[in-house]
Amino acid sequence: MQPVATPPASQPSAVRASAAGHADAPAVEFRRISKAFGAVQANADVSFAIRAGTIHGVIGENGAGKSTLMSILYGYYQADSGDLVIKGQPRTIRTSMDAMRLGIGMVHQHFMLVDTMTVLDNVMLGNEGAFRLAPRRAAVLQELRDICARYRLDVDPLALVHDLSVGAQQRVEILKQIHRSADILILDEPTAVLTAQETASLFEILRLFKAQGKTIILITHKLQEIMDITDDVTVMRAGRVVGAVRTQDTSREQLATMMVGRPLQSELPRAPYAPGAEVLKVSGLNLTDANGVRLLSDIDLTLRAGEIVAIAGVSGNGQSELLEILSGMRLPTSGQLDFLGRALPFAGRAHADGLPAAFRKLGMAHVPEDRLRDGVIKDFSVMQNTVFGYQDGMTNRWGLLDLRAIARRCAGLLQAFDVRPNNPDLRIGLLSGGNQQKVVIAREVAAAPKLMLVGQPTRGVDIGTIESIHTELLRLRDEGVAILLSSVELEEVRALADRIVVMSGGRITGELPVDEFDTTRIGLLMGGMHTS
Amino acid sequence: MTKTDLPRWATGFVLPLLNLLSALLVAALVIRLLGESPIESLTILVNSAIVNPEGLAYTLFYASTFVFTGLAVSVAMQAGLFNIGAEGQMYVGGLGLTIAMLAFDAHLPGWLLIPAGMLGAALFGALWAFLPGWLQAKRGSHVVVTTIMFNFIAASLMNFIIVKYLIPEGQQNPASRVFADGAALPLLSTWFPQLGDTPLNIALPLAVVALAAYGILVWRSSWGYRLRATGLNARAAHYAGVRISRTIVVTMLISGALAGFAAVNSVLGSTHYLSLNFPAGAGFVGIAIALMGRQHPVGIFLSSVLFGALIQGGFDLSLEKPNIPQETFIFIQGLIILFCGAMENLYAPALRRLLGAARPRHATTKEPA
Amino acid sequence: MEDLHIATIVVSTIRNAPVLMFAALAGLFAERSGVVDIGLEGKILGSAFASAAVAYATQNPWYGVLAGVAVSTALALVQAFVSITQKGNQLVCGIAINIAMSGLTFVLAQFFFQQGGRTPDLGDNRLAEIVLPGTAALDNVPFLGWLYGHVIGGHSVLVYAAFALVPVVHWVVYHSRFGLRLRACGENPHALDAAGVSVERTRYLAMFVAGVLCSFSGAYLAIVQSGFFLRDMSAGAGYLALTALVFGNWRPLHTVLGCLMFGLFGAIQIQLEGVDLPVVGRIPGSLIQMIPYVVTVVVLAGLMAKSVAPKAIGKPFVKSR
Repeated sequence: MQPVATPPASQPSAVRASAAGHADAPAVEFRRISKAFGAVQANADVSFAIRAGTIHGVIGENGAGKSTLMSILYGYYQADSGDLVIKGQPRTIRTSMDAMRLGIGMVHQHFMLVDTMTVLDNVMLGNEGAFRLAPRRAAVLQELRDICARYRLDVDPLALVHDLSVGAQQRVEILKQIHRSADILILDEPTAVLTAQETASLFEILRLFKAQGKTIILITHKLQEIMDITDDVTVMRAGRVVGAVRTQDTSREQLATMMVGRPLQSELPRAPYAPGAEVLKVSGLNLTDANGVRLLSDIDLTLRAGEIVAIAGVSGNGQSELLEILSGMRLPTSGQLDFLGRALPFAGRAHADGLPAAFRKLGMAHVPEDRLRDGVIKDFSVMQNTVFGYQDGMTNRWGLLDLRAIARRCAGLLQAFDVRPNNPDLRIGLLSGGNQQKVVIAREVAAAPKLMLVGQPTRGVDIGTIESIHTELLRLRDEGVAILLSSVELEEVRALADRIVVMSGGRITGELPVDEFDTTRIGLLMGGMHTS
Repeated sequence: MTKTDLPRWATGFVLPLLNLLSALLVAALVIRLLGESPIESLTILVNSAIVNPEGLAYTLFYASTFVFTGLAVSVAMQAGLFNIGAEGQMYVGGLGLTIAMLAFDAHLPGWLLIPAGMLGAALFGALWAFLPGWLQAKRGSHVVVTTIMFNFIAASLMNFIIVKYLIPEGQQNPASRVFADGAALPLLSTWFPQLGDTPLNIALPLAVVALAAYGILVWRSSWGYRLRATGLNARAAHYAGVRISRTIVVTMLISGALAGFAAVNSVLGSTHYLSLNFPAGAGFVGIAIALMGRQHPVGIFLSSVLFGALIQGGFDLSLEKPNIPQETFIFIQGLIILFCGAMENLYAPALRRLLGAARPRHATTKEPA
Repeated sequence: MEDLHIATIVVSTIRNAPVLMFAALAGLFAERSGVVDIGLEGKILGSAFASAAVAYATQNPWYGVLAGVAVSTALALVQAFVSITQKGNQLVCGIAINIAMSGLTFVLAQFFFQQGGRTPDLGDNRLAEIVLPGTAALDNVPFLGWLYGHVIGGHSVLVYAAFALVPVVHWVVYHSRFGLRLRACGENPHALDAAGVSVERTRYLAMFVAGVLCSFSGAYLAIVQSGFFLRDMSAGAGYLALTALVFGNWRPLHTVLGCLMFGLFGAIQIQLEGVDLPVVGRIPGSLIQMIPYVVTVVVLAGLMAKSVAPKAIGKPFVKSR
């Protein structure tokens, strides 16, 4: 069987052909790469090498600089200083075309696919060969079928992208890169959207690539993945390389320590588990969307005061929709919600217009999973955002906002939650992700809710803030607030939950108390009803 | 419309000024091509519209109308709605005004009659904006195209109504009968004789009051907070409990009412009868004003005065220079909308560079992940 | 008698449609690439004036058409600059161009021709009508003679161009490299960018094509349908074309059906004037004029078809990492 398919006619031949004499040169070498965005040094003097034909992990928590580094490699940004050496030759990569010509391919976290077109058309985009599409189509179709067979990619090239599952879409992204003769493949947080089974399939595919002599760069923050599949690991922290080791020579604990700079906080203090009265009862919740797709099926859930229930699951399995319904942003198709013993007021409504306000009034608070899209007004000041959703309660008798009271309250919140910079008039869009999240949480906590809905509390948040957010959530729990939390990070679920509920394919596939936490079991439940 | 991270005085004053100057520069070029001197034209315009006290009175008279159409468009913009229908809403508002006058002007004294007319104007203007607003809220029909369509529909409808029902017996002119004397808005020349025989009336102080109310309501009230949140991020506003559908409809109603109210000055302050196409483009001027004035009360006022000057000065200019007819100012309007609205950030990079050279960067920029 | 009316309606529909067809197909390219084209109206007006003026001045309608192309394309490129490079508000830009052209065309017409803002009549010097061979011979044959001579044959060159354009546009959009990139641009420009193709360049090209196509709408309006330019003569055609796009779900064939529908309403409109209808009597002309605009609102209210716009429409492209 032939190795990698011959490159398409319009592409220059891969650099691999001139590998003679550079056979043991690293596939990629970063030499003193530095990059700053304004006052933030995203990459500082980064130097390490990636051996050819290996799977190389780059690990670090949010804001460590790994994505920036890969963006430089792929031509999206130019480094301020330093060199890139690809397959033994120093190279200037100014655009992603340059990177592609060097055989570098990137599978992004957010797929770059056109939903309304077929897989075939998506692959041909940018690579069409001629003004008329028809001649190349047949050839490319065959090439894709060959690649799919060789790497067991299980994708139908004539399928429409939006009919494919998330896992399949990711395989399309990989297919695109292989078709362009990429032999250095960058994968940016690939397993964030995959179930355990799909992750296993992906890793099989990666091992096949490695066997064919390709180099894989895996960007991740999941320690277990590093241990499972990589040969070498580079650890980044605050824009610098803090460790570069062979995977076999290290351990999860060691990597974690390097990642964080200090030993991982083993466990945050919490009061003994003593849940109180029932706060929320979800009965038979169903959600079907306009296209007839069942997003939620028969959801039953109970939440008591003083407990944290965490919903574990890969994103896209209904958790987002569930939180939207529970917060009043969306109406269910059927089902019952009881809050503090009384049914929530959405019966007979045609739409959810204004419903979140009603829920808030009853004592529910919501930290949305996408804070920029849903939780804040980017162009409003920090102070204005501290009353977002609560502005009607901060007025004087003429309906005008009581600015002094708002300012006082804001000052208190910024202080208590250590928001930086402590400037109430700054546009919130200028704050870091972690500080924005602190403002949102501060605001919701200040309403003294009986129930807190929290979606992905630490997405895009730096490690220091993660700990303070976790501490705050535990404090609320100890004070008797019922918290329903949704997270794709199993570590977070384990750290915070009293009870864990696992969702897959719009259903609850399992429930267990935290002391029965078992990665394998939860992984199976997460993959439970999922059809790939 | 993107906000830059330039200081407020730069985005609020310098950029709009530069944009305005660019528009005027292009206009000057065209005037040159028409064989006239831009400087001379500008001089005639300024003399007529500002220097001459009676001309100034006319400028302010026109400005009074424009403040209301400018407010109409501005309020809608705050909610993220682009109301192009102010023209039609003003036209139909004129009908509401007329109905009140025709029904009551023989029976009611002025101090009851005029408010009745104002109510009729606002009501009918709001009515005309209701359907586009409702369609946007409930069916997602884009308010830009629907309001434009309603402008055309209004033109046809009003044509029909005026010709069929309002022309008095024996008249040829497509207009209603003249309203009773009591229906005239009190003229400001009653108190300020220097203003001479000009139509400047109480609509001007009313306009100022409206601007103040707008400023307070939009920036200081919780209703205004909800309005601006909706315009900036409707989904987040929904999260915050704002009733988006209702907000859209109410905003369009208010916008239509304001546009309708603009008819009061045009009709009761000037002609005293309803005539065909009396808005004469005031609704579209409102769009230019809202963009140029950046939906800010002071900006709206200044822009309204500017346009009043352009109309007044433009009229005299067209008499003296037949090559520069009044339609030239429609062209200038378009240029202003282009530079102040669509190209509002044209000079921002240059300004940023200029300022960046003078002061150090904020240390609070968000890091990429 | 009734047959004559229907016959006239059919022929009128065919002759009304091209104004909208050119504009709608122009809008299709712009909007499929992700740029909202509210400025069709201004481009139609601008090219209508330019083509009528130059056609009169040179006594050659084809030079007029060329002039129209130049003006409309220039305007389209201004829109492109504002929308793509400046990342400005596309709706505002379109409205600005429409208003600016409304004023400028009048002023220039007045300046050059002193006829109250219109251009002089072109008389017979319009684009030739194509009379199919054998029309006179078949004239006496019932129905077929009419079909051959007046429905299929006997229209202006531009009418045939408009209809011929439809399969061409369809092919370009769905079977050419440009079309593939165009569609990607409008649905997910990041995908196009990641593939190494310039989003900006694709959009500029799309706007250029839109400019060229739209110009024929104005040229047709001024040279073929009327023989002169008159102030604001487009009367909302640009917006009707946009509505046809919504109606046709941004697909060439269906969009043209929408244009034909509007053409049909226009034809019926003319027939209704001065006609006594049962029950309602004679409908006044001004109310009949409303019909196309009311139809537009009905279409936009979604009462006629469920419509899905290109996903990335109206959003300036900003590379995000």
